Amino acid sequence: MLKINNLHASVEDKSILKGINLEVKAGEVHAIMGPNGSGKSTLASVVAGKEDYEVEEGEITLEGEDLNDLAAEERAHKGIFLSFQYPVEIPGVSVTNFIKTSINENRKAQGLEDMPAKDMLKMIREKAELLEIDRKFLSRSLNEGFSGGEKKRNEIFQMAMLEPKLAILDETDSGLDIDALRIVANGVNKLKSKDNAVVVITHYQRLLDYIVPDFVHVLYNGRIVKSGGKELAHELEEKGYDWIKEEVDA
Amino acid sequence: MDLKEKLVSSFLAFENRVDVDSPIHDIRSEAIKTFETVGFPTKKEEAWKYTSLKSILKEDYSVFPKQENALDYKDIKKYFIHDIDTYNIVFIDGKYSSHLSQTTHDKIDVCLMSSALNKPKYKAIIENHFNKIATKDSLTSLNTAFSDEGAYIHIPKGKLAEKPIQIIHFSTGNESALMLQPRNLIVVDENAHVQIIERHQSLTDNPVLTNSVTEIFADKRAIVDYYKIQNDNSNASLIDNTFINQKDDSHCLVHTFSFGGKLIRNNLNFYQNGEHIDSTMKGITIIGDKQHVDHNTLVHHIEPNCESHQDYKGIFGDSSTGVFNGKVVVEKEAQKTNAFQANNNILVSDKATINTKPQLEIFADDVKCSHGCTIGQLDESAMFYMRSRGIPKKEAKALLMYAFSNNVLSSVKIPELKQRITKIIANKLGVNIGFDL
Repeated sequence: MLKINNLHASVEDKSILKGINLEVKAGEVHAIMGPNGSGKSTLASVVAGKEDYEVEEGEITLEGEDLNDLAAEERAHKGIFLSFQYPVEIPGVSVTNFIKTSINENRKAQGLEDMPAKDMLKMIREKAELLEIDRKFLSRSLNEGFSGGEKKRNEIFQMAMLEPKLAILDETDSGLDIDALRIVANGVNKLKSKDNAVVVITHYQRLLDYIVPDFVHVLYNGRIVKSGGKELAHELEEKGYDWIKEEVDA
Repeated sequence: MDLKEKLVSSFLAFENRVDVDSPIHDIRSEAIKTFETVGFPTKKEEAWKYTSLKSILKEDYSVFPKQENALDYKDIKKYFIHDIDTYNIVFIDGKYSSHLSQTTHDKIDVCLMSSALNKPKYKAIIENHFNKIATKDSLTSLNTAFSDEGAYIHIPKGKLAEKPIQIIHFSTGNESALMLQPRNLIVVDENAHVQIIERHQSLTDNPVLTNSVTEIFADKRAIVDYYKIQNDNSNASLIDNTFINQKDDSHCLVHTFSFGGKLIRNNLNFYQNGEHIDSTMKGITIIGDKQHVDHNTLVHHIEPNCESHQDYKGIFGDSSTGVFNGKVVVEKEAQKTNAFQANNNILVSDKATINTKPQLEIFADDVKCSHGCTIGQLDESAMFYMRSRGIPKKEAKALLMYAFSNNVLSSVKIPELKQRITKIIANKLGVNIGFDL
């Protein structure tokens, strides 16, 4: 589904990704772990199409289609979803109105009519229930004054509504208490299917107890320096990242 | 002959058709003298530093339209808030149109300034209120000199205007250039309540200059809810001078929606003569081309325990320019004043300009006063967030600007008006936002 080949990316002339190779197939869950500053969030942003980053070399394809020249919204229309580490507050636009706009813009790009209001409401109700979101929450301004947990739940709610092919969850576990973590992970697991894929970016192994990865990759200094099964995450949790750094730097 | 000379000499003609023996006429004569001495304001004056009237004063305005003009309701219906029942005071080229108006004398007076100035039954109210709070600056004096027609609204003690009142001025373009000087008086007695919507609409591209003066008196516990819709043609300019006197426990709220016109200057002045008064000013300005909108506000806190709130949002595109000059004066006696002022602006073009200047003069020591101005571009991280959810750049931009101005709309108390403003904004931003915020 997603293929990243020799990806080099920089921001303001500072090189951050230095040759990433990654293949994610439909039905798989990949975890990308690594110490702070290793380039995890950059990788997520570059795949989602953030314009601040310059792709200097390499390519990203989704189902064989090169993404390099596509704008962020076009990538979203192709089925890429990024759950933000820090979701942006947009005062004045309610959660419901935002997701309505988002759904209908995605449909427009597919040449479809707006979703009938009745179907939209039904879908919103179902997905809100899945993430234990109550109705009052939906009429609040997007992310404004939300707790960390509410923000992340709202991200996964949007993911549930948009039903992407590839979801990238950037540090979705940060700022979550254990109950919120369980709700979010449960939501992700229910949305998982053989036709879609999930990339979980995290610093800690904690989330991976709930969203169990098929593959774990360690990102360090702009490269994937180690890949393995889910047991690699446990090893990192136990031993930290220092042994990886030593291994690489040596 | 320049416009000033023309106006001064027109005063003689004006005197031929009004009652020169009325006490009002002494006020007018005094006012024309002031105008003659002071003349039009120039950029040399601090209050006019960023707004030049030069380009609009060069037109050869007709001061008194030659003929009475009529309009068909169906052609101008769209300028009314027509989906609800309202009182209407409508003027065409400065002349009252009884055909398009719906006035009343049932418990409340919603009628004409010309009747109020001339009929004995209004004498006491006119004597106590007319020109009592209007300042003696040049443009206000000019209006006072020619004051003759406009809206007269009196809501007696404990009464409530059950329908909003729309004051609409149309200019037909039958004159090649037209100057209008409406004069409104609004007296809201103790515990009375009124909602007013004011609009100036030119129907052609012929130049129009409106120099309007409105005096509003809100007695104890009165509630005045005033909306100004400024969405005129590109050759129509407006100088709006509004003066509001408030007594104890009164609440006055003025919304100014500035979306169109060549040049708009709003001089909005609140005087708090009592305690526990609330004065609120809100504005949304969205302009482009070479349009110019200047908000010049004053809140004079004279007595203790009062509040004022100012919240102005501006979005400026193309080569448009905006000015916000918000002055708050807190007198020594006005302890426990809460005065808030915010002016937030977004420049969507490199050529657009905003000059924003808060001016606080505080003589009391136990007060809470805050002010904040921001000038920025659209939040890039919010743009990326929205685009990553499939919302294209143009729509994301519009949605953000819409959201930016939205909190000003939340205090609009007439739902149909709110809907109308929402539509105008969506239209201005060039998108169909598929929902009401």
